[in-house]
Amino acid sequence: MADEDVIRAQIPGIFYRRPDPESEPFVQEGQTVEPGTVVGLVEVMKQFHEVTSEIAGTIAAFEVENEGMVSPGDVVARLTT
Amino acid sequence: MTAATAPFEKVLIANRGEIAIRVIRACRDLGISPVAVYSEADRDALHVALADEAIEIGPAHATKSYLVPEHIVSAAVEAGAQAVHPGYGFLSEDSRLPEACDAAGLTFVGPPAGVMAAVGDKVLARAAATAAGVPVAPGSDGRLGSEEDAQAIAGEIGFPVMLKASAGGGGRGIRVVQDPDELAAAYRGASAEAQAAFGDGGLFLEKLLVQARHIEVQVLADRHGTVVHLGERDCSTQRRKQKLIEEAPAPGLDPGIRELLCTGAAEFARGVGYVGAGTCEFLVDADGNAAFLEMNARIQVEHGVTELVTGIDLVAEQLRIAAGLPLAFAQEDVVLRGAAIEFRINAEDPDQHFMPSPGPITGWHAPDGPGVRVDTGFETGRVVQPFYDSLVAKLLVHGRDREQALARARRALAEFQVEGITTTLGLHRRLLDWNRLVRGEVDTEALETDLQAVTA
Repeated sequence: MADEDVIRAQIPGIFYRRPDPESEPFVQEGQTVEPGTVVGLVEVMKQFHEVTSEIAGTIAAFEVENEGMVSPGDVVARLTT
Repeated sequence: MTAATAPFEKVLIANRGEIAIRVIRACRDLGISPVAVYSEADRDALHVALADEAIEIGPAHATKSYLVPEHIVSAAVEAGAQAVHPGYGFLSEDSRLPEACDAAGLTFVGPPAGVMAAVGDKVLARAAATAAGVPVAPGSDGRLGSEEDAQAIAGEIGFPVMLKASAGGGGRGIRVVQDPDELAAAYRGASAEAQAAFGDGGLFLEKLLVQARHIEVQVLADRHGTVVHLGERDCSTQRRKQKLIEEAPAPGLDPGIRELLCTGAAEFARGVGYVGAGTCEFLVDADGNAAFLEMNARIQVEHGVTELVTGIDLVAEQLRIAAGLPLAFAQEDVVLRGAAIEFRINAEDPDQHFMPSPGPITGWHAPDGPGVRVDTGFETGRVVQPFYDSLVAKLLVHGRDREQALARARRALAEFQVEGITTTLGLHRRLLDWNRLVRGEVDTEALETDLQAVTA
């Protein structure tokens, strides 16, 4: 079995998988990511902050739906590495 | 004033936080029953507790609650309110709200929808400013036709220039262009951004005033043709175009420029048929060049400094004007007394790139005493939500002169304690040792330049 690793939210707010409502998601499940790949945005107090992967891997699943609430440390996505 | 002579029986306040509470207080002073609205996240907010009744208008995210005109209007109808006060932000400058109010037979506390839309269009506002004899920056007459058009005008007036979206707002569709080589790319970028944000890619161009102060003039206009100005505010202490400190009067402003801007703002308001409280914003550079920026068709965050130096309750005047009452004073009755300064206390960490810091407030001690006023929506046990603006309190001080106001600010900022979240209180304490602020020599770029030194 492959190791599983995660991407966590650093700040509280609303999680978005797209840069704006009309655009495609930053990444899809099954897609590979590198350290620094943007996988979503967190909106907090009218500011937007990028959520990035710290490791290389493949997105196995998102654990937070688009426009879901996140708290610091929450798992946003699981990776297979 | 008794309830029998109140301008309205009941007013719905389409906002939250400190400004909702500010409007609730003005309602109480006038014998009006205030009605609050709230999102699911704001059930336990202070503005809900302080109103006579409160109506839930949707989910936490503002686009599904505070920003939906239909939700506001149906709440007002349900409560039996006669009028809607929009506060600032949210729908306060969206002409769909006055339109929806008109359609439902409600009074909107602000200008008519058509006037709001006209002053919100920057090209129309620039033309109205010119017609009123208000100084505008050299630039294009109306919309630019093409990149070549922009290049020709910029060549004539000289760089740097600003490209701005005609339908603009919130800093989108704006580009500063330092030299001719950058113009084409900036034109395409600003136009695309404006098209995406406002559905209108139209641009205009103005000469950029550098190292300029932000000076704005408060006006009040009733429905009977009386327009007065209430002097100016200096809001030059900014970070990334966000105001941090505002004061009245503007320290050391040339009396001739003050007169030009104040009478110009009143003329502008008269010319566009303005009704209610509004603010004309200007930039003024070190050489005394002044340029009209825009008119804000609403009450502003920093209105309190004008209230302190004039003794006039701006929010109460908004409600009286909306009810059709004439202004009870003339221009010559407006007398400025002393100096007032406002400090915006935000839930942000100045040491972590101003990272937002929402969460529950576990300890709260607000300052008090002579010359001190705190406008806030918070206290111990309330929660700063991640969904909304980071402003948690406005500390206002008033003194017989600027020196006394600064001394009172020092005392009040030392007393102010907030626990559980990180705020800009510490930054403000350090800013009181910043020479440029103490001397009243701040321009809109100054804090950005000196921030490292101030926060170190």
